[in-house]
Amino acid sequence: MSEVNREQAPVLETRGLGISFGGLKAVQDFNIKLCRGQLAGLIGPNGAGKTTVFNLLTGVYEPTEGSVILEGEVLNGKKTHQFVAAGVARTFQNIRLFRQMSVLDNVKAAFSKDIKYGMAAALFRTPAYWKAEAEVEAKALDLLEIFHLREKADAPAASLPYGQQRKLEIARALATDMKVLLLDEPAAGMNPTETAELVECISLVRERFGIAILLIEHDMSLVMKLCERITVIDYGQTIAEGGPEEIATNPRVIAAYLGENDGEEDESLA
Amino acid sequence: MKKAVKRGYIVNTVVLAAVYALCVVLAAALEGNDNFKLTIVPSIWQCCYLIILAASLNLVLGFMGQLSLGHCGFMAIGAYTAALMSLAFQRAGVYDEKSGAVFILIMIACAICAGLLAAVFGVLLGIPALRLKGDYLAIITMGFGLIIVNVINNLPFAGQNGLAEGTAAASLYATGLGFGSTAKVTYLWFAIAVTILCVALMFMYIRSKYGRAVRAIRDDEIAASASGINTGYYKVLTFAFSAFFAGIAGAVYACCNSSLSTSSFSFTNGSILNSTFVVVMVVLGGMGSLTGSVVSAVIMFFLNYQIGNGSWVHSLPGFIQSIFAYPMLVYALVLIVIIMFRPKGIFGTYEFSLLRTPGELVRLLKRHGGGKKAAGGKEAAAQ
Repeated sequence: MSEVNREQAPVLETRGLGISFGGLKAVQDFNIKLCRGQLAGLIGPNGAGKTTVFNLLTGVYEPTEGSVILEGEVLNGKKTHQFVAAGVARTFQNIRLFRQMSVLDNVKAAFSKDIKYGMAAALFRTPAYWKAEAEVEAKALDLLEIFHLREKADAPAASLPYGQQRKLEIARALATDMKVLLLDEPAAGMNPTETAELVECISLVRERFGIAILLIEHDMSLVMKLCERITVIDYGQTIAEGGPEEIATNPRVIAAYLGENDGEEDESLA
Repeated sequence: MKKAVKRGYIVNTVVLAAVYALCVVLAAALEGNDNFKLTIVPSIWQCCYLIILAASLNLVLGFMGQLSLGHCGFMAIGAYTAALMSLAFQRAGVYDEKSGAVFILIMIACAICAGLLAAVFGVLLGIPALRLKGDYLAIITMGFGLIIVNVINNLPFAGQNGLAEGTAAASLYATGLGFGSTAKVTYLWFAIAVTILCVALMFMYIRSKYGRAVRAIRDDEIAASASGINTGYYKVLTFAFSAFFAGIAGAVYACCNSSLSTSSFSFTNGSILNSTFVVVMVVLGGMGSLTGSVVSAVIMFFLNYQIGNGSWVHSLPGFIQSIFAYPMLVYALVLIVIIMFRPKGIFGTYEFSLLRTPGELVRLLKRHGGGKKAAGGKEAAAQ
């Protein structure tokens, strides 16, 4: 019974979420419910406020209206690392890896919050240190294995090809042991082969970890293929919400992307 | 893989212990030699505190990527703490002569307290300062370096009048920690042991979850906090940790000097105890390499020593010689040359390891046809 409940109760929920920068309302009244194992998409034209939503959901910005609720706990006003500790992890639109560190260390660094040994254990190399380090190493290597990065474990992160850097970023986000994964344009700048690999990779992650995923993406074929629910925003406002077919035929969405018939609208979209 | 790591630790520990024993035995054997006593031993003492100082700044500058220009302020705190503490013990009659187990214990206690007080100041400065980055952090830490010197100057029990009643020159030497040339030889083991221990502890720090978090912050602070790393906490912790060792460097400095004067820690002096000079050392050695800091501290010490005492300086043409009258100019040149020709420093982020380095050296020599032999030798000698 409780298992069923957990499946249905949303993991991440926002209620009337919004933020204003001075007089500009970047995001208004944003509502989303993400259940366990669900894959949702967030789309919208450039500058619509998608990344701002992500920043609100990860504590980079503090919302001026509404709230972010993770499993019943209101996260407003917490810092990014506390959001991560609560269970929200993300990747970035422009890849942000620890470039000078090895691939393995990138993943290990994300385990930091779960490593229990203290300063004394680290400085004097007590058995607790060796045990914790061995565990972390095993867990990190397992994660890299999933993403076929294990052979490159000792290479500097910056030396990986683009597609693998994206994967490493996802692996690093997974290392934080999250419940909700936010992917900010994971397929940006990828060729079709890399995108196909990525789709496979995301499906695998979802199956294996049973987490909720919210992704921002411009590649419509990817969004339509992967996402069960899609939210469309434009000028910070939610203009549509529903399944892929609904969204693809929604006139407001089409207008937002292609512009309405009069010329003015076209200009402001560009 | 893990076994190899553990074996590496054991091998390195054993070799370090052997090197240390060799130093102690050599010191005992050469005790009667005047050149050794008056030139080499004081040089080793100076190298020791410079190594600790450079390595500790490397934690903040190289590994965490935060430019701190007030590191010598922490060293000043450490030096005065150790000196005043030893003086207090001496006044209380705990020890009379600089020998015996009690004195050694007091010396160790002084060094630890010096580090702890510097670390406290590190926390106090770090909490507000580390919210800033880059130039702003540099300015605020530089301000700290200037302020702390003035604060110490105006303390009734430290300051311009020396430690308590005596003059600055007299009191420390006569009563406190300050060692004469004979005592410097006797306690050479202390300087070397402290240096090895400090560098080893810093190495342990960076090769743990703390080090990973710190390097993650250097590479990308936003990504680090998005990976669950409490960036504020780790930044202040590392800053304090680094200040702790700068404090210990100060204690070693207090041991090997006959007097303490705040002017030696200030920006305005051209000597080597200048926060910018320490930055040059870290950059020269390689930001992110403790081995590099150790080597470059020794190199910079020799450079400084040669500029001050080398007879070859006098044989230079007048123009160049006049530059050498202002050592800071030379250090600035050194910094410019490094940034232009080898921006990552001598070692980059490379760390010396007895298990790996010999093999890597052989490979390097094969590739370059023996061209890099000199550099390799230096590297080995440094350990």
